[in-house]
Amino acid sequence: MSTEITTDVVVIGAGPCGLFAAFELGLLDLKCHFIDILDRPGGQCTELYPEKPIYDIPGFPVVTGQQLTDNLMAQIAPFAPEFHFNRMVNSIEKQADGSFKLATDADEIFNAKVVVIAAGGGSFQPKRPPVNGIEAFENTSVFYSVRKMDDFRGQDVVIVGGGDSALDWTLSLQSIARSLTLVHRRAVFKAAPASVNKMQELAAEGKINFLTGQIASLDGENGQISHVHLTTDAGDLSLPATRLLPFFGLTMKLGPVADWGLELNDNTIVVDTEKFQTSVPGIFAIGDINSYPGKLKLILSGFHEAALMAQAAKAIVSPGERIVFQYTTSSTKLQKKLGVA
Amino acid sequence: MKIVVTDQAGADHELEGLEGWRVMEVIRDWGLNIKAECGGALSCATCHVYVDKDWTAVVGAPSEEEEDMLDSVGDVRPNSRLSCQILLSDALDGLKLTLALSAAKD
Ligand SMILES: Cc1cc2nc3c(=O)[nH]c(=O)nc-3n(C[C@H](O)[C@H](O)[C@H](O)COP(=O)(O)OP(=O)(O)OC[C@H]3O[C@@H](n4cnc5c(N)ncnc54)[C@H](O)[C@@H]3O)c2cc1C
Ligand code: FES
Repeated sequence: MSTEITTDVVVIGAGPCGLFAAFELGLLDLKCHFIDILDRPGGQCTELYPEKPIYDIPGFPVVTGQQLTDNLMAQIAPFAPEFHFNRMVNSIEKQADGSFKLATDADEIFNAKVVVIAAGGGSFQPKRPPVNGIEAFENTSVFYSVRKMDDFRGQDVVIVGGGDSALDWTLSLQSIARSLTLVHRRAVFKAAPASVNKMQELAAEGKINFLTGQIASLDGENGQISHVHLTTDAGDLSLPATRLLPFFGLTMKLGPVADWGLELNDNTIVVDTEKFQTSVPGIFAIGDINSYPGKLKLILSGFHEAALMAQAAKAIVSPGERIVFQYTTSSTKLQKKLGVA
Repeated sequence: MKIVVTDQAGADHELEGLEGWRVMEVIRDWGLNIKAECGGALSCATCHVYVDKDWTAVVGAPSEEEEDMLDSVGDVRPNSRLSCQILLSDALDGLKLTLALSAAKD
């Protein structure tokens, strides 16, 4: 049975703009649950440039992507938002009472009065190698992650890549696979040196095969691969294979956002600039995922959007309640919520 | 200053560029099929191009960091470069390159 969670607000995407929304919503007593396909907060800031400096966050002459994320996490901590990582929101349905039902690929249902889409450039998903026809084998014999080790037991496994995922899975799957070949375009690895050494030992003992090369094409039928054709420095090569695991890192794909029945403009969600509401009342969109005349894809724009969105969200969750404008500097009420008064 | 870019479908485009611009920026601003997801931060490899053989010596080889990033595309060739790491200069006027499949938007 699927898990069911009921809350005021679900925020889709834990990038910087989504995170700050939890602060603005929290000041208005709205409780947030975050859903993100990544395994940690920060969105582009931590996935694409954790160590790079950002110079245009107001009040911070310089801050790295990781520091900004850590600071945002500290800033929203008083509101105890809940995080659901490693899952993708697949669908949003409006219910008869005006609330929303969201379903994730981890078999959960979220019921929320308000949905905030802070999906940035889309969800981070594994890069698909540029190999003709690979789609036809995905999730049957070509996988981009290992969900169940048993899927690889007794199989002829080919792993491609030179990073930690490729090396770690080479080490873990070699004992249960019938055969295992690691393919990487060069003999230099980004993965942790200890795993590389271990892999080289296994190759020397003949327990795995290591080849330098790249995938050229795949053979197979009905979703089941039979051979992987490689181009290697030593010429073309064909390997019998029943499982392929390419590890080429992540890329942003708009993903299911496009199927939620919202008005879109060039892969972004159209919103108004008073509430940052989408074409469906009760669903808001902030940060890089939205568009309106003059939109700038900057973190500071997303922060502003979050503040205005929160006012409108409050009016939906607590209709009729008067919203008093207050400063965090001088309002003891707000300071109590922040745990400082 | 001009560069000549062959897109993934094989069509040639002559693009006007400015000294000091990154080749990726020129290709992106002219609307060709380049994802360039990280905007030139050397953290995505979705600006992957093949440098024409007459130009490889002038353009030079990728840095170690760029080589590492190239590990995340499956169609590397000896003349592969990430176009956000090539700065346009007088010496590159007329540069010819081809967009890799792995640089295409979805
Ligand atoms: C190299 C680089 C440098 C930059 N420098 C600056 C700068 O100096 N200043 C500046 O202001 N901006 C900068 N930016 C832009 C800035 O990072 C973005 O504007 C910002 O990250 C947008 O935040 P966001 O919260 O809207 O979305 P994102 O950071 O893109 O986060 C969106 C999150 O939503 C998740 N998601 C999407 N769809 C789903 C789904 N269906 N289910 C589950 N999860 C989903 C994604 O996995 C992701 O984690 C830079 C960007 C890059 C790449
Ligand atoms: S644009 Fe990302 S590496 Fe060049």
